Amino acid sequence: MKANPKQLLRSLVTWTALLPMVATVLVAYLGTVLWSLKVSMSNSRTFPSDEFVGLAQYERLFNNDRWLLSLENLALYGVLFIAACMLIGFLLAVFIDQEVMAEGALRTIFLYPYAMSFVATGLVWQWLLNPGNGIQQAVRQMGFEDFTFDWIIDQNKVMYTIVIASVWQASGLVMALLLAGLRGIDGEIWKAARIDGIPTWRVYVSIVLPMLGPSIATVFILLSTAVIKLFDAVVSMTQGGPGTASEVPAKFIMDHLFGRANIALASAGSIVLLLTVLALLAPLLYVRSRANAAGGDK
Amino acid sequence: MVVLRKMATALAAGLGVCVAAHAVGPKAEVIHWWTSGGESAAVKVFSDAYTTTGGVWVDTAVALGEQARSVAINRIVGGNPPTMAQFNTSKQFLDVVEQGMLNNVDEVAIRDGWDKFLPETVLNVVKVKGHYYAAPVNIHMPTWFWYSKAAFKKAGIAAEPKNMDELFAALDKLQAAGLIPLAHGGQPWQENTIFTAVLANVGGTELYLKVMRDRDAKAIQGEAFKNVLLTYKRLQSYVDKGSPGRNWNDATALLITGKAGVQIMGDWAKGEFTAARQVPGKDYGCIAGFGSKSPYIIQGDVFVFPKTTNPEQIKAQKVLAGLMLAPAVQVEFSNKKGSIPVRTDVDSSKMDICAQQGLAIMKDKSRQLGNGEIYLNPDQNGALADILTAYWNKSVPVEKVQKDIANALKN
Repeated sequence: MKANPKQLLRSLVTWTALLPMVATVLVAYLGTVLWSLKVSMSNSRTFPSDEFVGLAQYERLFNNDRWLLSLENLALYGVLFIAACMLIGFLLAVFIDQEVMAEGALRTIFLYPYAMSFVATGLVWQWLLNPGNGIQQAVRQMGFEDFTFDWIIDQNKVMYTIVIASVWQASGLVMALLLAGLRGIDGEIWKAARIDGIPTWRVYVSIVLPMLGPSIATVFILLSTAVIKLFDAVVSMTQGGPGTASEVPAKFIMDHLFGRANIALASAGSIVLLLTVLALLAPLLYVRSRANAAGGDK
Repeated sequence: MVVLRKMATALAAGLGVCVAAHAVGPKAEVIHWWTSGGESAAVKVFSDAYTTTGGVWVDTAVALGEQARSVAINRIVGGNPPTMAQFNTSKQFLDVVEQGMLNNVDEVAIRDGWDKFLPETVLNVVKVKGHYYAAPVNIHMPTWFWYSKAAFKKAGIAAEPKNMDELFAALDKLQAAGLIPLAHGGQPWQENTIFTAVLANVGGTELYLKVMRDRDAKAIQGEAFKNVLLTYKRLQSYVDKGSPGRNWNDATALLITGKAGVQIMGDWAKGEFTAARQVPGKDYGCIAGFGSKSPYIIQGDVFVFPKTTNPEQIKAQKVLAGLMLAPAVQVEFSNKKGSIPVRTDVDSSKMDICAQQGLAIMKDKSRQLGNGEIYLNPDQNGALADILTAYWNKSVPVEKVQKDIANALKN
């Protein structure tokens, strides 16, 4: 078959236009990942070294109490944070969808925390939760002498305080996304349900929620990436303390990258995190590809 | 062409300082992390001294040591090094030396006789394989025992504690008086500071070196070191509930306001007392250590000189290395910084009583010891800090802590 010169030119132009993007993906994304992988298998300290040591850094990583604790913390935080954000965000969206007064103002208030840097708000949360001068002290001054709320200095409860503060920050975003989804649902469905005499909660659970599927999936992905990235909340609220009780992988990596001049161990940690993300995404991608195969275009 | 030249003139007028600088003497760009009030005043002593030699000081202050060091290393690796960069008196820059990325200042060091007046501990850090790669500028002692005279009076403590038992007795009295006995900021590095103080004062010089320098597993697993760890943990029971996450200066503020009795902290705490208009010896006391043989722990800052072939820059590096160690500059700098000079042959009459006490102790070479950073590499030091902070905050059997430390320091 003879190619049409005009068509050939057109595809050449298209590829040329795409070239910077392709190069960026190859160098900036794939390249850096491969470079990290290489460093993680070397004995680099302050500078990258070429000496190959196999999986020694990974072995060291998984013998490190602090790293194991940070993985545990991340799992606990991930489950609680995602569940609480989804629930609160959904309830807020339903609430605003009832055509309440001053909807715009309420929406702004709920979304406001997400617009602020956590480095600043984390400090405020730290003060609020500090038993010496925060909520505990305030309630005690109101006359409840025995009131205690000292989770932030408690080894076993400190992670919950970080969950509380970051749920406060992110649930507004969940609300905004789900509200958009709710607004996209056809009013006719509500009318039909009313005629059939179905209770409102039942409509939400059995009809609206399934229809919100794509929005919920988006929210889930956004929240999951926030979990993996968790760093600023911990640093500004507890600095990983008390002791090492609120350590998270991202902080472990940053500490070893800069403070401890051990880029090999830090790279091994980031590779493990990357694998975790891929493991989370794989089932999702699989489900989507199955859905594509079954549903044709969707 | 004319337009271009006009533009250049305009630019030159705008950046008057820079251009004028170029005409007068070598420009020196310095990366450091001294950003607080007292620190900025201290760094100005160096920049003024450099300006009087006809050079131009370009200040690149980066907040936080870790950040500043990674900026410096990135710039060195990236081929755009500063003239001079700050590091701690430690193994932080050893990798950089080994990669051949620093200029040595042997010429200045030999001319000025650094070997004669630098403490051995500091000399061992700046001298790598016979060459001088860094100019030390100060000595910080991280394990002073500070106490509030007002709190001591309220608790009925008549005399300054002279040994560890007396310190514990004083802490008990403070607790009985309803005060916070030990003001502590619950951050890993501050727990490390307390550990260092206990190791030096309870364990003594020999054990200190066996653990920190020789990383001797036998000593770490031994009874004497176990006693050190138990004493360290015992101090934890005198800390108030609000301590986790507290900054060191907030802990010092507890002493200033008389709410707490004792704080174990570096001599930079003096800056906080001074800012609150308190006078050493009158409002607060400073104890360097217990007994006439207690070690004086050395911590401090150095400047390194990244490799360059530019003759102007090399000249600037040599001038800087020389002037920062001049006796008068040393005293003025240390007074503003809250440290003591790296040389003991200076006029101490203008220094406060705590610094004078420190300088007097420094004259006895047998009492000089480095802090953990001097003997351990950043990675080992960090691993040790992780174990110590976990032990301080959780109930872990002391035998497990000994085993963990021995393991962490093995490689």
